Amino acid sequence: MGETKRCPGCTGKDPFLEELCKKYEPIKDNLIQMLNEVQEHYGYVPTKAQQALSDYLKVPMAEIYGVITFYSRFTLKPKGKYNVAVCLGTACFVKGSQKIMDRLKERLKIEAGETTKDGKFSIEETRCVGACGLAPVFTVNGEVYGKATVQKLDQVLDELGEKE
Amino acid sequence: MEEKMITLTIDGIETKVKEGTTILEAAKVAGIDIPTLCFLKDINEVGDCRMCIVEVEGRRGFTTSCITKAEEGMIVHTQTPAVNESREVMLDLILSNHPQDCLTCVRSGNCELQNLTKKFNKTEIEFTGVRYKKAKDDLSPSIVRDPEKCILCRRCVAACKKVQKIGAIDTVNRGFESCISTVGNLSLNDVNCTNCGQCIQACPVGALYEKPTTNEVWKKLRDPETYVVVQTAPAVRVALGEEFGMPIGTNVTGKMVTALKRLGFDKVFDTNTGADFTIMEEATEFIERVNSKGTLPMITSCSPGWVKYIEMNYPELLPHLSTCKSPHQMFGALVKTYFAEKEGIDPSKIYVVSVMPCIAKKFERQREEMQNNGLYDVDNVITTRELAKMIKQANLEFTELEDSTFDNPMGEATGAAAIFGTTGGVMEAALRTAQDILTGKDLEKINFEQVRGADGIKKATVNVNGKDIKVVAASGLANAQEIMEEIKSGKADYDFVEIMACPGGCVMGGGQPIKSSKVRREVDVRSLRANALYTIDEKSTIRKSHQNPILKQIYKDYLKKPGGELAHKLLHTHYTARPKYKLEEK
Amino acid sequence: MKTLEEINKIREEKRKELDLRVNTKADTREKHILVCHGTGCTSSKSPKILENFRKIIEEKKIENVRVIMTGCFGLCAKGPIVIIRPEDTFYSNVTPDDCEEIIQTHIIEGKTVDRLLCKDIDGKIVNSLDELNFYKKQKRIALKNCGVINPECIDEYIAFDGYKALEKVLKSMTPDEVIDILNKSGLRGRGGAGFPTGKKWSFTKGYQADQKYVVCNADEGDPGAFMDRSILEGDPHSVLESMIIAGYTIGASKGYIYVRAEYPIAVKRFQKAIDQAREYGILGKNIFDSGFDFDVEVRLGAGAFVCGEETALLESIEGKRGQPRVKPPFPAECGLWGKPTLINNVETYANITRIILEGADWYSSIGTETSKGTKVFALGGNVNNIGLVEVPMGTTLREIVFDIGGGIPNNRSFKAAQTGGPSGGCIPSEHLDTPIDYESLKQIGSMMGSGGLIVMDDTKCMPSLAKFYLDFTVSESCGKCTPCRIGTKRMHEILEKICNGQGTLEDLDKLEKLAVNIQRGSVCGLGQSAPNPVISTLKYFRDEFVEHVVDKNCRTLECKALSKIVINKEKCKGCGLCQKNCPVNAIEGAAREIRYINQDKCIKCGTCLTKCPFHAIGN
Repeated sequence: MGETKRCPGCTGKDPFLEELCKKYEPIKDNLIQMLNEVQEHYGYVPTKAQQALSDYLKVPMAEIYGVITFYSRFTLKPKGKYNVAVCLGTACFVKGSQKIMDRLKERLKIEAGETTKDGKFSIEETRCVGACGLAPVFTVNGEVYGKATVQKLDQVLDELGEKE
Repeated sequence: MEEKMITLTIDGIETKVKEGTTILEAAKVAGIDIPTLCFLKDINEVGDCRMCIVEVEGRRGFTTSCITKAEEGMIVHTQTPAVNESREVMLDLILSNHPQDCLTCVRSGNCELQNLTKKFNKTEIEFTGVRYKKAKDDLSPSIVRDPEKCILCRRCVAACKKVQKIGAIDTVNRGFESCISTVGNLSLNDVNCTNCGQCIQACPVGALYEKPTTNEVWKKLRDPETYVVVQTAPAVRVALGEEFGMPIGTNVTGKMVTALKRLGFDKVFDTNTGADFTIMEEATEFIERVNSKGTLPMITSCSPGWVKYIEMNYPELLPHLSTCKSPHQMFGALVKTYFAEKEGIDPSKIYVVSVMPCIAKKFERQREEMQNNGLYDVDNVITTRELAKMIKQANLEFTELEDSTFDNPMGEATGAAAIFGTTGGVMEAALRTAQDILTGKDLEKINFEQVRGADGIKKATVNVNGKDIKVVAASGLANAQEIMEEIKSGKADYDFVEIMACPGGCVMGGGQPIKSSKVRREVDVRSLRANALYTIDEKSTIRKSHQNPILKQIYKDYLKKPGGELAHKLLHTHYTARPKYKLEEK
Repeated sequence: MKTLEEINKIREEKRKELDLRVNTKADTREKHILVCHGTGCTSSKSPKILENFRKIIEEKKIENVRVIMTGCFGLCAKGPIVIIRPEDTFYSNVTPDDCEEIIQTHIIEGKTVDRLLCKDIDGKIVNSLDELNFYKKQKRIALKNCGVINPECIDEYIAFDGYKALEKVLKSMTPDEVIDILNKSGLRGRGGAGFPTGKKWSFTKGYQADQKYVVCNADEGDPGAFMDRSILEGDPHSVLESMIIAGYTIGASKGYIYVRAEYPIAVKRFQKAIDQAREYGILGKNIFDSGFDFDVEVRLGAGAFVCGEETALLESIEGKRGQPRVKPPFPAECGLWGKPTLINNVETYANITRIILEGADWYSSIGTETSKGTKVFALGGNVNNIGLVEVPMGTTLREIVFDIGGGIPNNRSFKAAQTGGPSGGCIPSEHLDTPIDYESLKQIGSMMGSGGLIVMDDTKCMPSLAKFYLDFTVSESCGKCTPCRIGTKRMHEILEKICNGQGTLEDLDKLEKLAVNIQRGSVCGLGQSAPNPVISTLKYFRDEFVEHVVDKNCRTLECKALSKIVINKEKCKGCGLCQKNCPVNAIEGAAREIRYINQDKCIKCGTCLTKCPFHAIGN
């Protein structure tokens, strides 16, 4: 069995991918589990990881690409240093989160799913982070800012913008 | 065991069908043609397009008739107002997301969506809106993909992933943005595509088609400086007629030759002659391998989709692959050497066109190795479909044409060559020759029934000169993969393996006339075309490649001997491992 | 590994120790400070509060006080929440800085920190949870342990009858008897469609196979719904226990729970529960010496709403795109890897242990004729008490919104409530007295759904709301079947037209025609229910749609292209404040005279509305 657990695509190239392949059996069912770990580790799913998984799980790359582009958690490009996510779940929407999203796009001059040229900020649309009691909310790298207003967003962006 | 019959009622008609029949098939028995779009029997049975919906009493909502089995006592309504309205809305929605340029579409006249629109008597689109936009991919020498024409039926994906086990394309993105694509939206040229073209055969619309190259042929035909030679593969002649309304499996060799001559080709030759050379070389190579204890099993190399497949997927097995070029490449090489010399023509002025049932040959002909003295063996490959278009463009009344015969000095071929066009044919032809060479006799046993027929994998043991030879013929790349895994694991004890990339062999090649889903489910296209080839074989006076007089002549005058030095230079090639994907980290 | 005797002993001892959690008169010198660690309170730094408490207690060397993390108490709007037991003092909106004062005043001095007590909607200051109107009409079955036990401690779960139902089933019941109890209890699937649970179990049991699976659907995708997450965060073992019971009943030895990766806390706690159960021998081989084997694995979703649909979920577990399968065959016959599979959602499982222990009669005595038991709702939107509520089936919408939810904030009025999220429909005020059960909701064009309940006040534009939901469906449609992939897109385009002022009356007919055919033609529940928000808003608020397309007017100002702001001549006092504040100088008129708005210049930003001291500006 030891032999089959070797990942032909990445051996000796990337310690993370090698470890990942050791952790999971080479069966297709594990694809999403493994992609979740890749996304977590790199912040996106790089091509080399797609190729390594394709070799290891014997799944064509087109199918892996199809899975990555199906699930919104997986991204193909690295996110910004500060990933700002605005909740557009119903509870937040009803409390005006769209205005916050609009303002965010206006400030950063990028669309949802994009990263600023300097790699500092990226925008994400999320559906319910579970803090409905604090609606509307946005998060920066996972930290929740509740009862958000456009002013609060501006303030947070200003602070992050100055930090370096 | 006797098959159980069940009775159901469809639109008030009591219908008896075998157990296991779908509602769609049962309706056909009742004389009802339920519309379908995404359905492709045995290949794509998913129920996505929603055209075939019906109502079944006692069931909530609509039932998908293409995949739902008929049951005893079922009461089915295929034409209720609700069903009709919903089907029309489905069609409307598909049309709303489809370009409206039917007149100039490659599939005009043979488009399942166009036919449905006609069937529904639909004259305008109710729910218009934005259309999905995505650029065409025409970088592959074989296949063009036009995602805007795609209706997301996913038949191509099933053909590629399920039938061929390649998975070069798949559904990507989600919702309205869904499309069929490759990894990273690369060109088909840069991924694990083998160019087999089964996706084209599966596509109901004009989203996938061969890279058209007839314009270059026309240009050369009009150029007085160029000596244009055409050769036609065995499978073309039993399918070309379909493009002119003739029954599937009609042999139109004579009319085809006449048409080619009328198109203005300087010489009309037969790739079958090349096939006879292939057999001579391959049988010789095989015997050589057996005698010298070389790498066995030997695997055939005349299917370029297959060759690309093994280069990408089993590079470690490449020594098993016969070094023989495919028949049309051999033939092209001989045209530009032997024929040119004999006729006193400057080989650089010769333009060789191959008419093929295959689109992988478009890729094969431009491989670096397929050259001699800086000249490509073959300069252009067009498909059966493209030839039909040229004949129509030339205003020829194809069905009315007289018969004529191939030109000499390279126009004669054997029955063995004809059956190259179907799975098992190469094996059978090779066995005919090998047994004669080994015994030194003209044996009467000609037919090898064990390697004929529809099965994807056909195994046999044949006794040749007192020695048992284990052979296998596999068609379709999924079956090829099975055999390769056997060989790789050391479990296989075959001596000789024939592989064809397309299921059924060349008669079902990616360049052949496209049959609708309905025809494919009601008619056995493969066996009709294959049987026509077997008939040609049976009617031939010479049925063994090594007895072809032209071949004998050329070996005597020019090549000297099979497997000899010149033969190797012109008729053999080599292979290299090939990466599946050309990826760059962005 | 623990023997049954050992587990029973833990139960007995631990129950005594934890009596103060549920008994205000408990005979103890201990105090437990419970700090909510649901996602809502965690977002507002409750882990820091817990840490501070522990630090202070250690520094001050206070004895007999324990600080415990718990699951959600329900009243998220007042979070972070801290409760001190046994006296049941309820502190709301606590910050990490308040810990010092709570320890000093409450624990050491024995006095209440009045400023942190919660003010109810009626202005009354309440001391304990039970005094709140929010809790008065609730009945907690699925949420029984949420906010009572530490969800990361199996012993605390065991103390409150944990794994007693499993013992009962394994030791004294046949699978058919389990199904019989479920059938008699009247429990129906809480994932939305309301299929009778007992029937589902019995179907799956009925199929013969070498392998079967039990799956828990925890892919709660309805935006604004967090019932399942709260259960997994607050009481993971109750779900795990029921999954084991399900395995025994249908004859499966393997279970999967499919959780959204966006729920990291729930994932962590459930995994911990699995680990602890394995350690105790409650999962694994030969559970309770019964010869029955069962194990559970966590599978993470990766952000696709459609994976809440059971067959899409199965595809996703198999590592594929979450595209639904055409049914039949149903998962009970052909599910995970083609094997018979039982799929229930979190809340359904959370009810089962109680039903086993208390009996079918007890359970079926709660609720209505056709809908038994309770239902958990995530109450959100324009309502005062945002949070998690569990009410008996049959409770009216009015009771939930006004009695429990405390009504609409900012003196606005109730306009509609949406149940069932993007798959449900909106319920207008004329149906406020509808009892909440599967049938009644369906009758008025909505659905139970998984339990999202969003309240909207009169500032909300209904065509915009419909557009919002369709926007969600369009981006979450898997793209497999024609009606959902293209049809919802077309509906969304028409709604956009309407909200942009380019709609026509004919568009409303088109919407309806599309809606009906998408409902009928789609492969899965997502597509079949996608048009519901449009159908119900069109049904109850057609006049508002007509206003948009005929009068080109949006009464709420939400549709910028359609809102016309005007100054009421009767009310304007000519103060000029609006003119001064207008960013585009669209307000004209001489000093001390009635002002008017130049509609060509107005950008409908609404600034003047908020500045006018006389409420003279409106639309």
